[in-house]
Parts: sequence; C-alpha cells; structure tokens
Amino acid sequence: MNTVAADPKGVDSGPHFMDGDHAIAEGGLAAGCRFFAGYPITPSTETAERFAERAPEVGAMFIQMEDEIASIAALIGAAWAGQKVMTVTCGPGFSLMVENLGLACMTETPMVIANVQRAGPSTGSPTLTAQQDMMQAKYGPHGDNAIIALCPDSPQECFDLTVEAFNLSEFYRVPVIILTDETVGHMHEKVVIPPADQIKVVPRNNYSGPADKCRPYKFDSQGGHPMVRAGDGYNFHITGLVHNEKGYPAATAEQGKIVVTHLMEKIAGNADKIIRLDEDQTDGADVVVVSYGITSRIAVKAIQDARKEGIKVGSLRLITIWPFCEKRIGELAGKAKAFVVPEINYGQMVKEVERCAGGRSKVISVNHCGGAVHDPQVILDAIRKANQ
Amino acid sequence: MSTDIEKFKAGSPMASTLRMDRMPHIWCPGCGIGSEVNSFAEAVKRSGVDPKKIVVVSGIGCTGRVAGYVNFDSIHTTHGRAIPVATGIKLANPELTVVVFSGEGDLAGIGGNHLIHAARRNMDLVVICNNNFTYGMTGGQVTPTTPGSAVASTTPYGNYEYPFSLPLLMDAAGATYIARWTSLHSRNVTQSIEEALLRKGFSFIEVISPCPTLYLRRNRLGDGVDQLQNYQDNSILKHGADTRETAIDYQGKIVVGKFVEKSKPTYLEASDKCCIKLVGDDYQLYGKTIPEREAEEKAEKERIAARRAAMQAEPEAQEETAAEPAKAPAPKAAAPRAAKTKFQSKVMPAKQALAGTKKAPAKKTAAPARKAAAKPVKKAAAKAPARKAAPKAKVLAGTKKTAPKISAKTKAVAKPAPKKTRNSSSQSR
Repeated sequence: MNTVAADPKGVDSGPHFMDGDHAIAEGGLAAGCRFFAGYPITPSTETAERFAERAPEVGAMFIQMEDEIASIAALIGAAWAGQKVMTVTCGPGFSLMVENLGLACMTETPMVIANVQRAGPSTGSPTLTAQQDMMQAKYGPHGDNAIIALCPDSPQECFDLTVEAFNLSEFYRVPVIILTDETVGHMHEKVVIPPADQIKVVPRNNYSGPADKCRPYKFDSQGGHPMVRAGDGYNFHITGLVHNEKGYPAATAEQGKIVVTHLMEKIAGNADKIIRLDEDQTDGADVVVVSYGITSRIAVKAIQDARKEGIKVGSLRLITIWPFCEKRIGELAGKAKAFVVPEINYGQMVKEVERCAGGRSKVISVNHCGGAVHDPQVILDAIRKANQ
Repeated sequence: MSTDIEKFKAGSPMASTLRMDRMPHIWCPGCGIGSEVNSFAEAVKRSGVDPKKIVVVSGIGCTGRVAGYVNFDSIHTTHGRAIPVATGIKLANPELTVVVFSGEGDLAGIGGNHLIHAARRNMDLVVICNNNFTYGMTGGQVTPTTPGSAVASTTPYGNYEYPFSLPLLMDAAGATYIARWTSLHSRNVTQSIEEALLRKGFSFIEVISPCPTLYLRRNRLGDGVDQLQNYQDNSILKHGADTRETAIDYQGKIVVGKFVEKSKPTYLEASDKCCIKLVGDDYQLYGKTIPEREAEEKAEKERIAARRAAMQAEPEAQEETAAEPAKAPAPKAAAPRAAKTKFQSKVMPAKQALAGTKKAPAKKTAAPARKAAAKPVKKAAAKAPARKAAPKAKVLAGTKKTAPKISAKTKAVAKPAPKKTRNSSSQSR
C-alpha cells in the first residue's frame, strides 16, 4: 500500500477528551474523508454531528440525507466523483444500507461505514449497547459479498481504526465497516491525535492512462487497482449487474463466476495482510478468551482474576472481525483446552470460532444479549469451567 | 443483419454520444425511450456543455438501461436510488453536470422519497422521467402513475388506485423547472433538456411514452404509432399551466408544456452562503474558495457559450423546422426565457405524415383559456377512429384474453377467477 502523510487540514492534532463517536469523525477527517452523508440514529448521531460541525473549516461536504438508503447511495456517487467518503449508523439504519452495501461491493466502491451497534432486534433498545450486527455486516447483502470489518475497543482505537479502515478501503476498493458498540461510542476517554505527518494515509488512486486502456475493474483477486473519476473524460460505466472489466453488463454464468470469485478472493486471499489481532499469552494457554470491542475490556478483569487462580489464560482480541482469523484459531485449536467467547449477543462470532476449532478444542459461548456489558464474574466462571 | 448494425454504428450521427459497442439496445420497437435518448444526445450537443463533465445516472428498469448506452460517465444504480447517487456525484464535484434518466416506477415509486427530497433541496440535477405507465422490465405491472382503470399484470381487472400527477408532485416538492412532453414532442423534449442542462437547480422533465409490448398491448391500444396518434389528438400545449390541472386520465387529455421555471438558490449555493458566513472569505470546499469556483464556473460558461456559438454558425440542414406550423403563442405565465425558446406546436410534420391525419387543432387549443381548450380536443378524440382512441369500456369489453367482461365494475370479479387470464407476458424479471 502506497501511503502519504495526512492532509493537515483535517487533522486536529493533540490530546483530546472525546467519545468514540467523535473519534470516528476525526479519524475520517484525518484519513482524508471529505464527504459525509448520513441520517440521524442513536447511538451514532454524534459522529454525524461532529463531521457537520467540522466540515466547513476543513472544506468538506456534509449532507443529511432523507434516509440511510440515500446516505449510502450518495457515498457511491461521491466516491466515483473522486472523494473519500463515509457514513455512520446503527442496526436499523444499517439494515436500510444493506441494499447499496451490495452495490458498493459489486462496483468495488471504497467507503467507510461505522455501525455503532445498539440492542435489537428491530427498534430494540436504542440507548443500550450490543454486538448484534456482527453477522449482518458480512452476510447482510444478498449474494456473495466480501467486506472488511474492524472492531475498536476504545475511543482511541475508534480514531486509529477509522484511519486504517480508509486505507484498507482505498486499497482493496471495498466497503470497510467499523463495528463498534454503544458503550465505546458514548464512552469519553483520552484520544491522542498525532501530527499529520505521522498519520499514514492511502491516497485515492485515480486512473490517468490512455482512454482505450481504461478499465474500472480488474478481476485478479487483488487490491490496488485504480478508480476512474467522473469528469476525467474516460466515460466509464459501472453497474450492479454482473459486468466485464470495462464495466459493461455481461450477465452470464461464466462472467458471474469470474466476478464473484474476484470479489471474494480479493479479501479472503489477502486475509493474512488484512487481519490484525491483539494477543496476550495465547501460546501455551489452556484457555483462550476470544473477544472483541467493549467485551474485550470486560474480559480483562476476568482473565486477570483467573490468572491469579493459576489458570493459564490467553487473550485473543479480534481487531479485524472480517475476514475472520481462521488460521490463528486453527493453530490454537488442539493446543488450548477451550476457547471462551463472550459477546453481547445470543452467540454470533462463537459460531466462527467453533467452525475454525473444528472440534479440536471446546468452545464455550458466554452470550449476553439484552443490552448491557457482561459481569466479569460470568466470564470468570466460564474460564473456570473451560479449564476443568 | 449484423452488417446492417455495423453500417448503422458507423454512420450514426449519435456515434459520439452513444456507446456504439453496446448496440443494439434492448428496447422494443415502438418504445419511446430510444427517441428520448436521441433527444438527450441532441440536447447535449446543442447545449455546448462539455461532454466530459456530464454524468448520467439511472436506476433499474427499461429506462434504467439508458446509463449503459450513453457515452458519458455513467452509473447504473439500484432500483430507485439514481437520485441520491446523483446527489453524491454533484456534491462531490460541483463542476459536473449530473443527469438522472430513469422511469416513473423507479423515480416516483420505489425512489419517490429521494425524488421529492432532491426537489425540496433544489439539488442541481436534471431529472428525465420516462413515464410509460408500466414496469416494463418485469412484465407490465401497475405503477404510481398508471391511469385509473388501465389493465396491468398486477391490476388484471383494471387499476383502482389514484395515480400521481408528477408535475404536481414536483411542484409541491419545490422543483424549479418542470416540463412535460410526450414521445411525439421529441423536439420539445430536446429543447427542455437543453434548457435544463444550462440552468441551475432541480429540473424535472416528464416524457409520456408508449410501451407497446406491455401497456398498449394489454390495454388493446394498438402499437407505438397508434399511441403517438393519441398523443397528437389529446395533447394540450399549455406553458405555465397550473400543475394541479395536469392529471392524466386513461387515454384522456395530456397537458404538456413547460409548467414551472423559477430561480432559487441550489443546495450548494445555500450551503456556500452559510459556510462563508461561518468561516469567512477564505472558506474552501475541497480546497477551492468560492471566488475560485465562481471564476472557474464563469470560464466554463464562456466555453459553453463559444461552443454553442460555433454550433449555431454551422449550416443547419435540419431546417425543416421552417416548414412547421407557427409556434404556439407563449402563455402569459411562461417565464421570459420561453419567448426565445422555439417551442413548437405539438403537431410534428413527420408524424402528421405518418399518421396521415388532418391538422389537429393545436394552435387553437393552446392559446385560449383551459376550458375552451379542453373541448376541441375531446371532439378530436371522439372523431378519431375507434382503434386509436377507443373509450376504455369498449377496450375492456373487447379484450379476448384478459379478464372477460369485467370492466371497472369489480362485483363480477369477486367469484370466478378467470382461468385463462394472462398467457401473455413472459418477460424476464
């Protein structure tokens, strides 16, 4: 990935006391995002508010659209007109965005969507926390799609991972989803925004070669292909239909296979480069706690208590949720007696852990749906049980 | 056959504005979309707007395929979402001229919310709406504009919903340019698109158009040319018409013309104004200050004017226009620009020849008050051969395969579900 220093105009360097939602907006601005289209929804609205407030001084465009469908549609248009783009929402809004998330995947449009998860289903409990949209992020749109999803555990990571999300999005030309939660979104902590020259961003790569060689797509299962910008005179065409490299509709079974394979392998084939994990004492551990987002911070207390009891507990924190770290779980499976998977839902990522463990280690789900973080004691009990 | 196509591709006057490598297109013979695309291509040429700076966005459906055939930057979006995608393009690069070309089902049905909000914001877009009263791509279902009692595949016993009148909807929502024409009025369509391309703000151009394969066939209304005859007989030219009086009844009169043209700040202009108050004169959007952007815009306007002047200097062979009947007198309410626009009477000489009819009372109908105008048209319709403007009851009764003997009266329908209702359309979905 080619990177350059961030444009200082969007970087509000220095230490701040801010919540996760605001940090996402700052991360976007620092990464060079200059177009935001969104729709208000608790508990994500603060990101939109921050962006709207900052847009005039940064020289960015903010628009509140009529709904989430329009918001993400506007991002697609703005991205092809040359801007880095982002939006923010939570479950009910994400459900509406799913339609054009599919179009964004199909047209390989870079964008960042933050989903500040709240308790569902349906309207659920708007002000309560959740990690319930983990599967929706990947399996929401119809058809085979691949996206990248990142999961911050603090306001600082909200900033850092939003920059990272833009970089991945620009390089792989894929929507990247920040899967955070109400707790992190509304939690105020110290956030240090580095000076602009220390923030590495992937600049928009626009095609500038001869017109007859211009192709909006290249189906080689790799990232790094340039976008074509509207107004540059290449007369590009893009469509949600199965298409050839020129972007023209070519809805045949053969072409469908080529396109879908590319979309899937572009992410799966580069999983090793994309995936980031935060591991602590996983080697030689009897029990590995697999957690993400706010839950990983609750789990810390349980892990510490278990270690005091002499249990060899490792922690595997998922920073990248999708693509899933199949390889790492596979390596640990069989070595550890058990995986403990606490999450604020009825058990979602635990299914992935089970799949990758392949029966070689026990997998214990500590699901906790409803809208609150875990009591660390519950996780500790699960660790004890896993160690038996 | 293929050699014909190659010949056509090579010799087409539209070769620079259409993607010839994508021809032939998917539209049926007699469909109105092709002539709208021609009008659009012609309007772009005449407008002098830099083709590089034009982006065409379509939704889904027959008209949704337009984006794939025009040789501009073009995006074929999801169903109903052309307008928000276009909004994103325009706001991300204000230098672009963004055109939405889609059907009424896409724009006013599934995309209705986006349509009204873009109009409300006075988003600087040109929206061309092909209104054929039917969802063509999926096999002829009822749409939000299908006139009362028309048969569609999902209203097999006649439509009983109330349709939208799109000019009224757009007027209420705040659109600053509203025109309606039919497929018969292709030069007027060109004229309107040209005007819209050159102005700022939300422009909505509705084109009533025939769908011979589904709407016309299912309603036993003949083919595309028969429907053009209907447009000729039933169109009432009325610039500046009250949009509350633009509703279209089944095969009834169609008020056409430029209904609204007014000026108010666009979304971007309003946003600029707010930001400059806030930030001061050095306010920049995407790194450009307002004076910088204004200077660029002015320079572009000059280039456009130069291109237009060059175009007009070219000897125009297309001056069959001269042979046309006198222009309809501009109504009092029409904007000052209307005076210089060459709005023709609704009667097109070519079509006249084609249909072989006497002159329709176009000129008379246009000028006097609406009441008076309505009458001669009705008479004309009554006089027209039954095939062309058959009263709906007759049409329904006369159908063989559609629901037998059930017109608007639903009573009879309740019990016997007709077995052989539709063996007809097997369109792809």
